[in-house]
Amino acid sequence: MANNKRNATLIFFIIAGIVLALLPLAIKKDNVINLLVLFLLYVTLASSWNILGGYTGQTNLGQAAFFGMGSLVTRLMWIGGIPFPISFLTGGVVAVALALLIGVPAFRLRGVYFAIGTLALAQILFITVGNIFPDMSYNPDLANYQIVTRYYLFLGLAVLTIGSAYYLVNSRWGLGMMAVREGEEAAESLGISARKHKLLALTISAFLTGLAGGAFAFYHVSYYLYMPFGAEWTFDPIMMAYIGGTGTIIGPIIGAVFFVGIKQFLLMNVGEYHLIIFGTLFILIVLFLPGGLVEVWKRLQNRLSRSKNHERSNSSNTTNH
Amino acid sequence: MIESLGQTLAYGILVGALYGLVALGLSLVFGVTKLLNVAHGELIMFGGYLSFWAFSMLGLDPFLTIIFSMVGLALIGVLLYKLVFSWTIKFSEDVKIKNTLLVAFGLSVILQNLALRFWTADERSITASYTGVAFTILGVRFPAVRVISLVVAAVCLIALQLFLKKTYTGKAIRATVQNWEAASLMGIDIHKVYLLSFAIGAALAGAAGTLVAVNYSVMPSMGLEWTMIALVTMVLGGLGNIPGTFIGGLVLGLTESATSFYISSNYRAVAGLVLFLLVLIFRPQGLFGSKEG
Repeated sequence: MANNKRNATLIFFIIAGIVLALLPLAIKKDNVINLLVLFLLYVTLASSWNILGGYTGQTNLGQAAFFGMGSLVTRLMWIGGIPFPISFLTGGVVAVALALLIGVPAFRLRGVYFAIGTLALAQILFITVGNIFPDMSYNPDLANYQIVTRYYLFLGLAVLTIGSAYYLVNSRWGLGMMAVREGEEAAESLGISARKHKLLALTISAFLTGLAGGAFAFYHVSYYLYMPFGAEWTFDPIMMAYIGGTGTIIGPIIGAVFFVGIKQFLLMNVGEYHLIIFGTLFILIVLFLPGGLVEVWKRLQNRLSRSKNHERSNSSNTTNH
Repeated sequence: MIESLGQTLAYGILVGALYGLVALGLSLVFGVTKLLNVAHGELIMFGGYLSFWAFSMLGLDPFLTIIFSMVGLALIGVLLYKLVFSWTIKFSEDVKIKNTLLVAFGLSVILQNLALRFWTADERSITASYTGVAFTILGVRFPAVRVISLVVAAVCLIALQLFLKKTYTGKAIRATVQNWEAASLMGIDIHKVYLLSFAIGAALAGAAGTLVAVNYSVMPSMGLEWTMIALVTMVLGGLGNIPGTFIGGLVLGLTESATSFYISSNYRAVAGLVLFLLVLIFRPQGLFGSKEG
């Protein structure tokens, strides 16, 4: 049963991947491709946040710092003439270095320290990068700009992120991470090093987020270099992960679909109100539905199968009489 | 040289007192309810806007509008507690801190966007008739508005301390801080204590908002910046240590004014945040806090 379900999920992911891979052949409209790029970026950000926040239980409020750092390093190197793949990977590595700089000391402390420490880090970088690079960054090689190349980069990154998360949570390390989330003392008493697991989750999460920043730098023709350090790049992915369901693979994806879809819908209909609606929904989910939309779906399924079983046992009772 | 040093010092102290008031409400709420309200900066923003309204519509003296911002924010605080934060009380302490953090984030997004609807994205500030007035002592300039702000902040701190030390309700609040289970066994209504602390914390944010509107300006996107200032100040002074917030404020104010003077005013906020990270890493109980912070 569990195996069947796992296979079904895998098949679903493969089909979804193939459809997304073939889509640019069918759709030639740039605005649709742009929307898909945004969706894939959000999937990457929400899923990579989820590795640390959902599976390991460490609330990272500074994801924008890693995203921005990846984007800054990639952009400066790439515009400076270094081949994109090297710039891209360097961006990811620098994001990890930054993450460890805050993670190693902060994980020694419990509770809110990691959260507020990462929040402060992102804010420091937002201000500092804005001071050093106040001007718009332009892509000089505009003639060769192709949206489809960018699209495939984002698709590959989203697949890599979901694949890594899936592989990780089904491994020994993933089990250790979840044990740490459920209770650090209990995990430590079983010989699981909470620190090591947290640092591993942070490293993977920051690397993927840094790469997402690099892809962002590759995608945008012109943008302010401090923009990806903005707090919305932390909050939006967190909201998506929670609305979909943290600590699941599919949750952040559902959250991203929901976020992008509703945002488009609301922007067309009620204008600026979409963030008020998202904020409200997010609060309701944190308070009353910690499992997110995935949990709603599971409960519905359970109720359906229970009522079926109920009918069956009722009918068998009547035959016995 | 001596004069500029004196000016830097004076400026640091004046700003620091304001920061102390900015952090006071956050510190009280965190100390009592163990609830980290990262929407504190948004509450300050609402306080600033209420003052702005009272000032521009009723023509009150800028510092008198503090009545409006405090009462208004106390009401908003009651509303927020009843509607949102009271639901987080049921969680265990670890989960509670994390969840209130997330809830407060959601709230800050909502409040920020509401402010955008109500007051547009324009920057607003309150200019008193005596805004330009300053007096000079030994070559050091003291702007009147800043000095009055310092007095207001000090009055708020002393009033809060007296309330907590001298009144029955204040003692109930302190008992809850020490051990809420024992306090509740002694017949203290914990929910009332939480509600009251949250309302007082919000009212103090309102007062801080008035001072921010008079000394700086208010706009919908200001929340995070002021939340960070409040957090930094609170951590420097020791988590939940109420008189400590003023010492934290002074340390932060002096750091910022020294940075503005010796490096660049662009890095004013960065210096505070770097100091904050260093304290988090090396002295998490705060600069002057006891080990059991």
